[in-house]
Amino acid sequence: MTYCRKKDGILRQILRDRYSLIALVVLLLLYLAILFADFLAPYSKEFSDRHRAYAPPSKVYTIDENGRFSRPYTYNYVRYFDPDEFKITYKQDRSKKFYLKFFAKGEKYKFLGLIPMDRHLVSVEPEGRLFLLGTDINGRDVFSRILFGGRISLTIGFLALFISFPLGMLYGGVSGYFGGVVDNIMMRISEAIMSIPSFYLLIILAAILPANMTSIQRFALIVVILALIGWAGFSRVVRGMVLSVKNQEFVQAAESIGASKKRIIIKHLLPQTLSYVIVAMTLSVPSYILSESGLSFLGLGIQQPDASWGNMLKEAQEYVNILYRPWLLTPGFLIFVAVLSFNLIGDTIRDILDPKSKMR
Amino acid sequence: MFNTQLFIYIVKRLVQAIPLLFLVSVISFFIIRLSPVDPLAELRINPSISQETLKAEEKRLGLDKPLIIQYGLWLKSFLKGDLGVSVTGEKVSDKLMERIPNTLLLTGVVILLTWLVGIPLGIYAALNWKKPVDRMMTILTSIGMAVPSFFFALLLLIFAVKTGWFPTGGLTCYDFSTYSPLHKVLDVMHHLVLPVTVLFTLSLSGLQRQMRGNLLDVLGSDYVKFARAKGLSENKVVYKHALRNAINPMVTLLGFEFASLLSGAALTEYVFQYPGLGRLILEAVMKSDINLVMASLMMGTIMLILGNLIADILLKTVDPRVSVN
Repeated sequence: MTYCRKKDGILRQILRDRYSLIALVVLLLLYLAILFADFLAPYSKEFSDRHRAYAPPSKVYTIDENGRFSRPYTYNYVRYFDPDEFKITYKQDRSKKFYLKFFAKGEKYKFLGLIPMDRHLVSVEPEGRLFLLGTDINGRDVFSRILFGGRISLTIGFLALFISFPLGMLYGGVSGYFGGVVDNIMMRISEAIMSIPSFYLLIILAAILPANMTSIQRFALIVVILALIGWAGFSRVVRGMVLSVKNQEFVQAAESIGASKKRIIIKHLLPQTLSYVIVAMTLSVPSYILSESGLSFLGLGIQQPDASWGNMLKEAQEYVNILYRPWLLTPGFLIFVAVLSFNLIGDTIRDILDPKSKMR
Repeated sequence: MFNTQLFIYIVKRLVQAIPLLFLVSVISFFIIRLSPVDPLAELRINPSISQETLKAEEKRLGLDKPLIIQYGLWLKSFLKGDLGVSVTGEKVSDKLMERIPNTLLLTGVVILLTWLVGIPLGIYAALNWKKPVDRMMTILTSIGMAVPSFFFALLLLIFAVKTGWFPTGGLTCYDFSTYSPLHKVLDVMHHLVLPVTVLFTLSLSGLQRQMRGNLLDVLGSDYVKFARAKGLSENKVVYKHALRNAINPMVTLLGFEFASLLSGAALTEYVFQYPGLGRLILEAVMKSDINLVMASLMMGTIMLILGNLIADILLKTVDPRVSVN
């Protein structure tokens, strides 16, 4: 383990690399935003204005009609029928200004899930509507839902990691340590799982979920399903590493003092694979994010009324929506930004731990 | 090239695949049967369908028997080559025959294009290591790897709808059967442009990086230094000595690439309404159409196993050091 020496410097080396520094800052901002989603979002994720479905993003003005600076204000949109184009569109109602309010009282929520609060970073005077990124089919604020949806999209991958990696480690460890018939059977099973195209497996697993679950149950089961996809390939690598160390003296020593098999695998063998595991975990976060969003995009993942970046994009599948309501695509850009940032950091970590590879 | 040793190897690999396929079928059958969706739900709510018809349908699909027997029946007919009928009554094998060539066409075109473009780009980047052009390509491939396939597909769909240059879905126009042969080929190509662009961008990025990394590794090795020390021209060093060794790991990657394309294609097929295997399985899963899901899963798995086998055989033919045993 030549790189053990370098371990304490990993963070510093990440910070030294320009791209991964930017990526780290971006991720930090994203995670802070979803952590303080209740405070940052003008509306809750359930709030819906039935009269303003598919309203375009509100424009915020700081210069008034006389060309003078003013407090930021916005106009409401009103729906009207355009007889020329023969469709329903929105236009601004310029008769009344609505000034923005900062740190004002709004819908009640629990800050960080604990402290009851009702202040929001930005909101608008009563009767006014502030839809920074427009609204969806139910007149819900896309901006607020992106913040709440990020909570699911950006954490589901990490949660899945905490199932798939221990599972893969244990499976690979047992298989490698016992060897023989056990190893043979266990490896055939993991091979079988690996030979099903992963996305096909993902959708048949997701289709098992009954429709009448609470959103928490569904979230938990999606996490489990994502975890079930990733562990097999990983367990094979762990098995290989265990095979290469299981005949070394420290294992024999543990065996001779009568350590149980469980103890040997967990305390002596698996820690040897830890540095590989940590790298593999970092590198696999983006693929979990992509899987969840793909699944929700198909309607098999997180369900309405809960928001996730994938299921918000589901609406963008209709031609009318992508042509006239481009704001519905914003969750896609965010998935892209998050995955890109994780990839950039992953590349740097790989470079640091394997200086011979010149992937950069 | 085709000798008995290779033949034995292929037979051995195919025999090894049988227990694997068996396991895959057991795992997927029981997963699918766990689904709460009733395959006959649509028939059940239809008042004009009598109880007798429903019973007959249940019997026909084998839903009235215990799970193990259902699996046994499925396995028996699968081994006979009969894939059963789908919930809607069509023969599953007909549906697969219609869809599999389409998916193979899509993935085949994508693999061909990525290799034709990705390998030269990888070499070019490696030869210009750390120069601006290499840096640029690294940034572009990072971006290419991070775009969610369905999102990229949606963006291209907007492009298609706005410009009207490309069809927005399917594989052929509605009056395809009236076209002349040349027109037919052009029509299919026209429909392929957008889905191919999506999958091409995704796999190109990975391939270019891999090629670049491999060549850089090889260029740093002793025998390349030696070749340079002998005074060989740079072209000879790169293309005759280094490249041959750098390309071998890429052949192994071919199998992986095929696997990830099969998975990645499903979402792209869905967005572009492309009549491929991925969309078929998706529709079948939603309806809990067991026979159809099972058959397309097995076909996907067989295609994956064959893809890996072909990659291994290719590797053995290009690299004499790899022994067939």
